[in-house]
Amino acid sequence: MAARREAGAQLAALAWPAEAEEDWRYSGIDRFDPDRFAPVVSEGDGEDVEPAQALARQWAEALGPAVATVVTLDGRLVVASGSLAEVDGGFDGEGPAAGLQVRSGLRSAVPLRRAAALGPGDPPDAFGVLHRAFSADPVLVGVGNGRQVEGLVLVVHAIRQAPLEGVGRAVFPELRVEVGEGARLGLVEVLASLPPGGPAASTGASRNGSAVPDVAEGERPVPGQRGAARPGTDHEVAVWSGPPGGPLAVLVSGWQVAAGGQLDYGGIQALDRSASAVVFQASGVERDGRLRALTAATGAGWARVRTDAAVLGQGARSELLAGFLAQGRQVLDFRTFQDHQAPFGESELLFKGAVGDRARSVYSGLIRVRRGARGTNAYQTNHNLVLAEGARADSVPNLDIEENDVRCSHASTVGPIDEEQRYYLACRGIEPAVADRLVVRGFFGDLVSRAPIATVGAWLDRTVAARLGQAEREEGR
Amino acid sequence: MSGARPALEVRGLRAAVAGREVLRGVDLVVGAGEVHAVMGPNGAGKSTLSHVLMGRPGYEVLGGSVLVDGEELGHLATWERARRGLFLAPQVPTEVPGVPLRAVLAEALAARGEAAPPADALVAAAGAVGLAPAFLDRPVNVDLSGGERKRSEVLQLAVVRPRVAVLDEIDSGLDVDGLRAVARRVLAEVRERGLAVLAITHYPRLLSELVPDRVHVLLGGRVVQSGGPELAEELERTGYAGLAAALGVEAEGADEPGTAG
Repeated sequence: MAARREAGAQLAALAWPAEAEEDWRYSGIDRFDPDRFAPVVSEGDGEDVEPAQALARQWAEALGPAVATVVTLDGRLVVASGSLAEVDGGFDGEGPAAGLQVRSGLRSAVPLRRAAALGPGDPPDAFGVLHRAFSADPVLVGVGNGRQVEGLVLVVHAIRQAPLEGVGRAVFPELRVEVGEGARLGLVEVLASLPPGGPAASTGASRNGSAVPDVAEGERPVPGQRGAARPGTDHEVAVWSGPPGGPLAVLVSGWQVAAGGQLDYGGIQALDRSASAVVFQASGVERDGRLRALTAATGAGWARVRTDAAVLGQGARSELLAGFLAQGRQVLDFRTFQDHQAPFGESELLFKGAVGDRARSVYSGLIRVRRGARGTNAYQTNHNLVLAEGARADSVPNLDIEENDVRCSHASTVGPIDEEQRYYLACRGIEPAVADRLVVRGFFGDLVSRAPIATVGAWLDRTVAARLGQAEREEGR
Repeated sequence: MSGARPALEVRGLRAAVAGREVLRGVDLVVGAGEVHAVMGPNGAGKSTLSHVLMGRPGYEVLGGSVLVDGEELGHLATWERARRGLFLAPQVPTEVPGVPLRAVLAEALAARGEAAPPADALVAAAGAVGLAPAFLDRPVNVDLSGGERKRSEVLQLAVVRPRVAVLDEIDSGLDVDGLRAVARRVLAEVRERGLAVLAITHYPRLLSELVPDRVHVLLGGRVVQSGGPELAEELERTGYAGLAAALGVEAEGADEPGTAG
């Protein structure tokens, strides 16, 4: 409670974020109404535990067998690999042997060597302060020194959609990953909605035998919201406008990779469009460690992801990939911060997005090379495809170099589908909507092929194809 | 001229690009199972003709008609023309990053209501034009040599099986062996199932392998002369300027190397 009181005081002193701040430019935050949400502070609702587990099973089927599965429901831990009891005691006796531990509990239960580097920003903004106050069950996944975990660890954060006493649920899930020296771990983290009545209600659109919906029911664009590509419609772009009563998920996901360790991370954001999300991804990689991450985001009505990647040790490498698709009136907002604190580190960032209908996306990134981080290689690339006249993508790359003898570059593009490509495919008899689907899938192709966890790349490809195919059908071929 | 049933008929075709009239009344009839060559200097309107036939956006048709198997296509979009049997192998095939050739072929066939051919049939089709199987999974035209692109075009032609193929400089970038393989593949389509070919070329070199039934000379946006294969040989001797002088026509573009055709 002390943390909550402290947070309350901090919050009172903090201004709510505003678009006038560089960090929130273009984000639509000015229309964000915190009074539409209330934190969920009670214990998890027992009757939704089974549906949450069912949701996790479906994701496990889609993403491949997991050696450990952790499920949270509205930010509260409900199960880890079968039962909560196994969590605290290790994993069926295999846990310590395999060097894998999953725990829940307060942050202080496991000391994180550089906790400050893995928090929701320093200093945290209002969402970060709220998260500190209300995160109840941080999930801790740790791999001991020298251990190689065979198979995936799957963490599913299920977010209920129904309002609580008339207001949207504000929930605060948290994941902390610690990869020991020379250890290796593959982990997938899913942020997904739990529809009323459980996940079975929304499996209709699944493909390739996957039980996980490629397209959730709530993601279907409402007819009449489409058509902004036609001439004569206004060009007003979407701003934050989640329907009243939808949930807000504030997720902190922190990844610590010790010297010589490697983390392969896959993140999926597949929330229903009634949901809003604020995600903090924070990573720190020590000497000669390696982080490879792909985040695939196609859900939520409004979602912001801040990615802080710190190169902490000499020769450490981070590879940060993200692919996103926004349609209807979705707003997807990405802020990245590559922070080089040690010499001869490398960070390569590639974020690619497509926006259709009246959706909008924002990318803004900063590479910072601190004094002493000589020999740094840092790259930042953001490419955006704008699929409709009413859609908009903003891209703002930045560099802040305090050291000589570094190689840094940034590149960004925003543009429509190339007419030459459309024409070439038309010469093969391929109509424009199908050609666009091919081109957009191709656009994400390098992310798919470079995905550190192949099934996450495949999910992105499948979801993009399904969502564009659906838009195509709605246009009436 | 043979009496083959017309597969492609171009009648009085006039078109402008960026407000400038480039085609000034083109007339051509290519019968099923025939190979016709269109020759002309840079700037004569050769590539423009290929794009106007395909209905490329940005090209303004001022008059005339384009028929495939007797059906007027002039009002149709490019993809609709392609589905009615018209195929263009463009001079510079476009790169489509991330999209494998296999996917393009599958969609092209799906567009015609056909299933994708078995994998081994595709591999065989690629082999017939000298392309390795792995080529099918590479993104279309990305990082390919000029010759590979042309082989890929002919592979696509063989899989899609159009009625009429417009081949724009299909010989460019190909070495002698490549040219022979590509020409052989095209001629197989011509002989076996009556493909009609309109081969646009700069140089007579192509025509020694892809021997035409008819040769048309395009100068200043018009077909100024048509004849048998011997016309190509004559052109090699006289050059386009010589021909223009002999015919007393204005050879616009004849002395403008490097301008788009």
